[in-house]
Amino acid sequence: IYDRAITVFSPDGHLFQVEYAQEAVKKGSTAVGIRGKDIVVLGVEKKSVAKLQEERTVRKICALDDHVCMAFAGLTADARIVINRARVECQSHRLTVEDPVTVEYITRHIATLKQRYTQSNGRRPFGISALIVGFDCDGTPRLYQTDPSGTYHAWKANAIGRSAKTVREFLEKNYTEESIATDNEAIKLAIKALLELLESKEIETLVTEIEKEKEEEAEKKKQKKST
Amino acid sequence: MEYLIGIQGQDFVLVAADNVAAHSIVKMKQDQDKMFKLSDKILLLCVGEAGDTVQFAEYIQKNIQLYKMRNGYELSPTAAANFTRKNLADYLRSRTPYHVNLLLAGFDETDGPGLYYMDHLSALAKAPFAAHGHGAYLTLSILDRYYRPDLTRDEAVDLLKKCIEELNHRFILNLPSFSVRLIDKDGTHDLEKLIPVGSK
Repeated sequence: IYDRAITVFSPDGHLFQVEYAQEAVKKGSTAVGIRGKDIVVLGVEKKSVAKLQEERTVRKICALDDHVCMAFAGLTADARIVINRARVECQSHRLTVEDPVTVEYITRHIATLKQRYTQSNGRRPFGISALIVGFDCDGTPRLYQTDPSGTYHAWKANAIGRSAKTVREFLEKNYTEESIATDNEAIKLAIKALLELLESKEIETLVTEIEKEKEEEAEKKKQKKST
Repeated sequence: MEYLIGIQGQDFVLVAADNVAAHSIVKMKQDQDKMFKLSDKILLLCVGEAGDTVQFAEYIQKNIQLYKMRNGYELSPTAAANFTRKNLADYLRSRTPYHVNLLLAGFDETDGPGLYYMDHLSALAKAPFAAHGHGAYLTLSILDRYYRPDLTRDEAVDLLKKCIEELNHRFILNLPSFSVRLIDKDGTHDLEKLIPVGSK
């Protein structure tokens, strides 16, 4: 049963299993990642849970090592496997070369793992896209994205999951030097991006700041109109 | 030969190890650190077969860190000691056993300070004070005589100094310096290296 490949090419050059996996990702709750000057921000859409379910057990942002984190969109169960492999690799790397992983290295490791599952007998691809953030030894902030096909790219800001397109468009418009000038600003940008798609929940002080800014903008516009 | 010692107080554990790395009759290194930080509040002191010591200690160290990453919290000192012992025991009846003697010292939020003695046959014992090496034969009796469970930090250091002076006096091998560390609720603290009188 395990000697036949599941992911095979279609006549017009598509890997349908990979594309179906990408569809599964599109069904997952949104995650956004932003690279600032001295900060990297990960935000995730908090899915509303069933009444009797314990809310706090749904963890979508996970630490891979002391200096690297990731968020994912897609099949939570698949994510668990990938995250576990990444965590082991982080420690294994430290053991063999006495240095923590660079963000690019661990991203490449995860991506290679994902690709392997698109070309193995009896296996299906992982149904997750991941946003991997962290700082390298030299203090440079990094943000990478991987997808079920096993490709990875570095980004200044990106989103994955359900409303990825909307959030990415918002980021393309609003990611400027000013908007990431300070750590707080970068965090606000991430929250604003997520607010684009859902009614705000419990993000307290920063939300009030954002509302104040909106009022100030509205005031300015009114003044402009009256002059 | 190498020497390790640990003394548990009311709310701290004091540990020390000699600094010599020797190959046969030559001192290769005089500032070797034989303590491995397993976590913020756990130290593993490791002596024995050259190579085995570092290999085993680093392997345990990285596994403890992996546990932290996977579960979001660190292993307690008791759990870490038992994990270490299990690993040692598993390898003991394999083709490649690790020939190492260990002291594991840690501080737990709920249980307080703890000192664990482990040897190359995978014995594990929680003890108020312990030592490894030939030096242990000379110093355990001193600890028997002067140890009290309610030692203050300074008294414990004085007791440690007594032990090291005895080694300087009666032990045939010269151990010129000792690294000293203390673990309490605030984490691991480096204390001043102990240099017995007469050593450079």
